[in-house]
Amino acid sequence: MPELLQFLLSGITVGAVYALVALGFTIIYNASDVVNFAQGEFVMLGGMITFFAHAAGLPLPLAALIAIIVTAAIGVALNKLAIEPARGAPVVSLIIITIGASIFIRGATQLVFDKQLHRFPAFSGDQPILIGGATILPQSLWVIAGALAVFVCLWLFFTRTLIGRAVLATANNRVAAQLVGINTKYVMTLSFAMSAAIGALAGVLVTPITLTSYDVGLALALKGFAAAMLGGMGNPKGALVGGLLLGVLEAMTAGYISSQYKDAAAFVVILAVLFAMPQGLFGRKSTDRV
Amino acid sequence: MKFVLTTTALALILAAPAFADIKIGATISETGPASFLGDPEAKTLKLLVEEINAAGGVNGEKLELVIYDDGGDPNKARTFATRLVEDDEVVAVIGGTTTGTSMAIIPVFEDAEVPFISLAGAIEIIDPVKTYTFKTPHTDRMACAKIFEDMKKNAITKIGMISGSDGFGASMHKQCLSIVGDYGIEVLADETYGPTDADMTPQLTNIKGKDGIQAVLNPGFGQGPAIVTRNYAQLAVGLPLYQSHGVASDGFIELAGAEAAEGVRLPGTALLVAGLLPENDPQRAVVVAYKEAYEKATGKPVSTFGGYAHDALRILVDAITRAGSAEPSDIRDAIEGTKGLVGTTGTVTMTAEDHLGLDLSAFRMLQIEKGGWKIVE
Repeated sequence: MPELLQFLLSGITVGAVYALVALGFTIIYNASDVVNFAQGEFVMLGGMITFFAHAAGLPLPLAALIAIIVTAAIGVALNKLAIEPARGAPVVSLIIITIGASIFIRGATQLVFDKQLHRFPAFSGDQPILIGGATILPQSLWVIAGALAVFVCLWLFFTRTLIGRAVLATANNRVAAQLVGINTKYVMTLSFAMSAAIGALAGVLVTPITLTSYDVGLALALKGFAAAMLGGMGNPKGALVGGLLLGVLEAMTAGYISSQYKDAAAFVVILAVLFAMPQGLFGRKSTDRV
Repeated sequence: MKFVLTTTALALILAAPAFADIKIGATISETGPASFLGDPEAKTLKLLVEEINAAGGVNGEKLELVIYDDGGDPNKARTFATRLVEDDEVVAVIGGTTTGTSMAIIPVFEDAEVPFISLAGAIEIIDPVKTYTFKTPHTDRMACAKIFEDMKKNAITKIGMISGSDGFGASMHKQCLSIVGDYGIEVLADETYGPTDADMTPQLTNIKGKDGIQAVLNPGFGQGPAIVTRNYAQLAVGLPLYQSHGVASDGFIELAGAEAAEGVRLPGTALLVAGLLPENDPQRAVVVAYKEAYEKATGKPVSTFGGYAHDALRILVDAITRAGSAEPSDIRDAIEGTKGLVGTTGTVTMTAEDHLGLDLSAFRMLQIEKGGWKIVE
């Protein structure tokens, strides 16, 4: 019984990391239908900038804040310099631009910082919390709380605020949104800033667990993307549930079947779900007017 | 590329008076995914060649180093290897930072009959023995042997293994399993993890739950072993934890945290614990000298990988001195006759059957105590 609980806690720890990354995908996707493959790089930047600011002597909370602001600025720059000039290009081209941006950011980070692995101290120490014979690190609780907080904020943003609805309207039909007075350029800039900030926040929270280096973004983005697809792209609830589900699936496979098949088992389940529900668990049904 | 040209140009200008230089080549992965290996290797070669020339060169002739950056790409490495042999007409080559690049260029040197000293880990490079190919880094199998020897000494007969599924982890896992029986040790649990995984508690929970396990071995590289060590402390497994030589660096203690890493054992080279070696240790003078020179010149902490390049160049220079000639075939014979050469990875004695020339004394069994290293032998 303690084994099952330990597998579950491990799954939730990893799942919360995936969920946080997956949540970052939702805003840009909702604003433009673009899957931003540089999202993992935002997570990496959050961790790397925090580490180097902290190593330079700043207190951790201030270092984290700087990392989030700088990363948000980089998100805005990405939109202004790469996405906006290509406005009107098909979504696929924009997605390819984000892949290029992610390679660029990775290379630049390697030059500006270094190629080593880094970690900064956990927020509330490393003393494991004992739950019924199983253990969880306090940092995992921070990650879970972070994922829940981002989820609640996003949900309120998209359903309760005018600007959130404007984001959704922009994705739905850019021209129509402009006609009713929405500044779509501003909406795009805002969505990149927010996505980058959420990514950086994820990086700040997960680095004490996952460690960070210039090249961790790709692996995190892939798992976060898989989680977002499983839950339904663009839906914050989907990102949260998809991430946790993916994490628990991996932990259970590693624990009960074989650690060799951990990733394979998770992806088989994702394929099965997408086969039955192509929009993911909570995705909107897309209806095209003919 | 620009850099290569300038170095070559510079070397030519410097070399102008003494025209009969000894030309040695190198193809190293200074950039790309293996740059953390190649970067210190290239820096070491340049530093040492400068030092040797300042001290009067070899047999009264200056060394000229032609160095190319293959970026970790076997295709590029092969192109540069051909260029070194055909255009630059070097008498010997050091390089092949990764096993991939090394294996790709070995045939070039075997055909051209130019001695080649590889800086990569795999045992395939020198087993079976190839006439013109040598290497300096110890093999994974030797690391396994060193660990199992230590386990035997501590009466550990039943272990659990948790290995990374990346190239390094998978290779060492295979090598360890192939010799574990020779030490009367049984592997009761055999788990794996992905190179980018964030949590290994399920695998460790299973190992902890198996009856009779007395110690755990983690062959791995990069972030995996640091996370395993942290999870190991989190679950309070309470058994001795052995890590591999892949993480023998100060960075590992920092990543895992001094508290979680307390008591972890691993095989490391003398270079890592230069300051801790006893005064009468034969390697002490060599590793301290190299460490000081490297850290002064680059301002960066010395690494095991730079040490491989250091040893390769020392072996080569020693061979040229003894051969008294700069003919590739004479150099080859002299390298094979290397005896008792003290390097950073160990004392090298080559034979016609052994083109590595290291024994288990090349490794020191280290234990992490209070965030630092301690030699336990």
